[in-house]
Amino acid sequence: MTTASEAAAEAAAELLLPVPDEDGAPFWEYAAQGELRVQACAACGRLRFPPRPCCPHCRSFDSEWRRMSGRGRIWSYVRPHPPLLPAYAAQAPYNVILVELADAPHIRLAGNLVTSADAPLDSVDPARLRIGARVHAVFTETGGMAVPRWVLEKS
Amino acid sequence: MAATLKDATAIVGIGQTDFAKRLPQSEKELACRAILAALADAGIDPGEVDAFASYTMEETDEVEVAKAIGAGDVTFFSKIGYGGGGSCATVGHLASAVATGQATVGVAWRSRKRGSGPRPWKNTAVQLPTPGQWTRPFGLLRPADEIGMLARRYMHEYGATRDHLFNVAMACRNRANANPAAMMYERPLTREMYMTSRMISDPLCLFDNCLETDGALACVIVSAERARDCRQKPVYVHSVAQGLPAQHHGMVNYWNDDPLSGPAWTAARHLWKQADFGPQDVDVAQIYDAFTPLIPLSLEGYGFCGRGEGAAFTEGGALEMGGRLPINTGGGGLSEAYVHGFNLINEGVKQLRGVSTAQVPDAATCLVTAGEGVPTSAILLRS
Ligand SMILES: [Zn+2]
Repeated sequence: MTTASEAAAEAAAELLLPVPDEDGAPFWEYAAQGELRVQACAACGRLRFPPRPCCPHCRSFDSEWRRMSGRGRIWSYVRPHPPLLPAYAAQAPYNVILVELADAPHIRLAGNLVTSADAPLDSVDPARLRIGARVHAVFTETGGMAVPRWVLEKS
Repeated sequence: MAATLKDATAIVGIGQTDFAKRLPQSEKELACRAILAALADAGIDPGEVDAFASYTMEETDEVEVAKAIGAGDVTFFSKIGYGGGGSCATVGHLASAVATGQATVGVAWRSRKRGSGPRPWKNTAVQLPTPGQWTRPFGLLRPADEIGMLARRYMHEYGATRDHLFNVAMACRNRANANPAAMMYERPLTREMYMTSRMISDPLCLFDNCLETDGALACVIVSAERARDCRQKPVYVHSVAQGLPAQHHGMVNYWNDDPLSGPAWTAARHLWKQADFGPQDVDVAQIYDAFTPLIPLSLEGYGFCGRGEGAAFTEGGALEMGGRLPINTGGGGLSEAYVHGFNLINEGVKQLRGVSTAQVPDAATCLVTAGEGVPTSAILLRS
């Protein structure tokens, strides 16, 4: 007999893990330290996302990873329903939100709005999903990686 | 600067197989059947084909197809990337090849068994591609989820509603109801059905999504001069364009300054610049409709209305027969068949031949577009 929470944990364990590429690997390495960092050009200073080898503005190949405040606003969201991969279907309908970062509004990170870092993907009442709502990043450990999630700022 | 593609080539043959959820034939056989049907329609012997164009996602390649249909020596072949964004570019590439003397008889095709295959998001073992690191772990798994995100923002910014999306679904379904070849022939849709249908990715419901289809289509392109001697009335390729905007990211176009102005805008600028007429002169349009929100976004991108006005444009029967801009007159991807948009090309040809099952009286100009949300393409056809 597995309990409901064990079943939920099992389902959570099967969520897809990020498969970092060479450009994106530092993002996940910083995430493992609990830091939300975005690639920036070391020459002209402009932020860019997704990460890539050179700066589209000044074409410099020198980059650095700048720490973000972790604050943002919901730019948009969807609520996927099945058919879905089993681990996701088990928590559906859940939310996926797109967060525009307070430090760089043109950088929008996909994520999930949850009640706490390790809560299920469907833990937030859908009535609380609102474009423009203020959120901040938290990290959850899964499959040896740290994945950013988002919680509502206290209003 | 004498070189121009304008009306230099024409589509002289079209062919298609049955459209169904499940067909017994292989994709290769379906491709060959559609291509041979298109050549027969044109009255051109398969041995004369010397150019091929298809999509990078097309699984039957030109080597196999050329052998099977008995093509002669082939001197031009081309594959266009980005899924449904490639449809119109297949015609564009062949038009360029024929107009510049690289080939004389070009065949474009798309064959697909999407209705039969397993869906990747039902399969636990599937390996998802690397760019997915920014979206997939969070459960943004399917195209409907990715486009649903843009649709919600569009609704928020411009007051678009589910009723506007219903207008799109309804227009396509009404045309399919008149088209015996359509998967949704004689299967009417009501507002009640739409509003109570299950959600796929809220705000998108079942009827906001294209069909899953097995089937193939093809068309034949020759020079305008040669076209005059073919069996069918020529449909001229008036203008062609591809569009990959600066800082675009396929499907999840979330990271540029303006995610709601997609590749349609880029393709449109070039398309109209090369044309003798503008959006106000288009008699009928075949607009890529994998998802209903792509229609208002495309109406804006191709200049039929202003930014943010695409949803309102769908009101008052504008997309229906006799409306301001009848669209997807075979039923489109939403209600005829979803074959990565190739049916929209052939339907455009039918309109300009005057033989559509939802014929726009005296239609002489038609816009056909490819997938919006990915690097795209478009053609203007005229009779
Ligand atoms: Zn730079």
